[in-house]
Amino acid sequence: MIAALRERPRLSLALLAVLLAVLPFVTGVLIGQSGVRMLDFALLYVLLALGLNLVVGYAGLLDLGYIAFYALGAYFYAWLASPHFGLHLPFWMILPMGTLFAAAFGVLLGAPTLRLRGDYLAIVTLGFGEIIRIFMNNLDAPVNLTNGPQGMDLIDPIQIAGIGFSGTQEVFGLVVQATHLYYYLFLAFTLAAILFAYRLQDSRIGRAWAAIREDEVAAAATGINTRNLKLLAFAMGATFGGLAGGLFAAFQGFISPESFNLMESILILCMIVLGGMGHIPGVIVGAVLLTILPEALRYIGDLQRAMLGEVVVDAANLRMLIFGLALVLMMLYRPAGLWPSRQRRRELTAEGEAVRHE
Amino acid sequence: MDIFAQQLVNGLVLGSIYALVALGYTMVYGILELINFAHGEVTMVGAMVALAVMGALLGVAPDLPGILVVIGGALVAIPACILLGYTIERVAYRPLRQAPRLAPLITAIGVSIILQNVAMLIWGRQYIAFPPILPQATFQIAGAQVSALQIFIVLLSGIAMAGLWFMVQRTRLGRAMRACGESREIASLMGVDVNRIISTTFIIGSALAAVAGLMVSAYYGLAHYYMGFMLGLKAFSAAVLGGIGNLGGAVLGGLLLGVIEALGAGYIGDLTGGFLGSHYQDVFAFLVLIVVLVFRPSGLLGERVAQRA
Repeated sequence: MIAALRERPRLSLALLAVLLAVLPFVTGVLIGQSGVRMLDFALLYVLLALGLNLVVGYAGLLDLGYIAFYALGAYFYAWLASPHFGLHLPFWMILPMGTLFAAAFGVLLGAPTLRLRGDYLAIVTLGFGEIIRIFMNNLDAPVNLTNGPQGMDLIDPIQIAGIGFSGTQEVFGLVVQATHLYYYLFLAFTLAAILFAYRLQDSRIGRAWAAIREDEVAAAATGINTRNLKLLAFAMGATFGGLAGGLFAAFQGFISPESFNLMESILILCMIVLGGMGHIPGVIVGAVLLTILPEALRYIGDLQRAMLGEVVVDAANLRMLIFGLALVLMMLYRPAGLWPSRQRRRELTAEGEAVRHE
Repeated sequence: MDIFAQQLVNGLVLGSIYALVALGYTMVYGILELINFAHGEVTMVGAMVALAVMGALLGVAPDLPGILVVIGGALVAIPACILLGYTIERVAYRPLRQAPRLAPLITAIGVSIILQNVAMLIWGRQYIAFPPILPQATFQIAGAQVSALQIFIVLLSGIAMAGLWFMVQRTRLGRAMRACGESREIASLMGVDVNRIISTTFIIGSALAAVAGLMVSAYYGLAHYYMGFMLGLKAFSAAVLGGIGNLGGAVLGGLLLGVIEALGAGYIGDLTGGFLGSHYQDVFAFLVLIVVLVFRPSGLLGERVAQRA
């Protein structure tokens, strides 16, 4: 069937579109509201993973502090659309500014790290992520910017054409949940981001990034401005993060520094490596899988009760345990990721030095 | 009491623990170019096992001298960590030797998550207290209060580091390790059993981690299933600060990071006129790390690697 679909790209595209359109309703019926929320989060993580993929997958810069940009986007949205400063700007004004704000920080992080390579870069980006989080955690005094560890709440939901994305709404005579509205909004952004990432990959910039990733010295020798392009990679990645952050703040209505810890950065990195680094379909699969897997594992408590009559092992605990095991096993059996690009698979099967020196 | 001297002492003690853990990171990195993210968790397991054994010992023989109890804990914790480190390498890293560079990083993260949760299953979420069995004597040295435990920690880590240095620089095994660090292929052509050397590296690193874990829990008086994460992060930062892959660098980086943190925590309020409190001490540590790396991109003692190592 897959082969048949491959021959008819238009038909398969149409099928995919229908599937994506009805997905929240099917999920809503099968699992309920929590399932739709999960879909929303999956889309946010796809956005984040696509952004980090620009930095790590395309340009080959290992970034362990990516969540900082997500945090910056989220806090930026909260500052301009919550009672905290009494500002309530519309989302279409905040999101572009928020992404620019995050991109500026991307450059700020990129600039001092241009000379660093590999794991030195990783630790500096990690430090940057931690610094941002610690500031968010402590900037409730002397000037209350972030409300400290309590976080900021009552953030305005997104409002389009008079329809506020909260509770249940009537749209064109249909009663819909806000989570459904967010689903379509996030889907629109995600599709735009996917398109953008694809176009970027085949552009001059994308090829220059690939050249830098494979061999920075050779890239510089062919006339690529490695400094500007690396900064651009950080800025673009940060843009995606900032956008996702703003959407997250509006969706959740509440943000706190807890949501932006190092583990989140690592989780997003896991998504792209597990899916297949540098390969957009792989990255999407990785992001969706790693969002849904921990959620699906929530049912483990119920399962234990059903099978053994009681909860023997703490469910949250077991959930993470299985998550860790899954990470290890998936990596052991698919070291290039679940869905690597064709080129990468070739590189891996061809033995020799070329692979080693990645 | 002199705050500066006091914080310096505290920093040096903390730093020597960081250094022990950092050595584990840097040895593995020197040979495999792999960030062994699970190393912090090995430290945690060392502390937990030691505390469990000590608790059991005290339960059986409450009158046993404190030192013997601690030694008993260490004698179980060290082999346990060695076994753990060896197993991690065999199961999670060795099959991925030829894989893309980030693949073992992900398994390392996976192992780290597994260890944390197994520890939580076994020992629970609560903090486990270190039994008050160690001598509480303190000394006045140059205006600073120094406890016997602090002296002991610095001495023991000094001895461990000296032993490691001797082993790496003066023995046949150490020469093989250094050869593997230069090039695994060529070392194997010279008859070095690379896999055995890598296993040995993990074993030594894990033994040091067990000792460090015991020291941390003794120093802070408690242990926790999550303690390995931040400790590992700090130690890895220390290893990078000193120049990753370089043993001396790990020690220097560890001591520096410890001192910076302690002094930062003590003075950051005064320096910024009360604007930033001591909870910014981690910011301070990371900022120093970033600034150092901006000016010395391969760490303090790291050799200038060729553009493509």
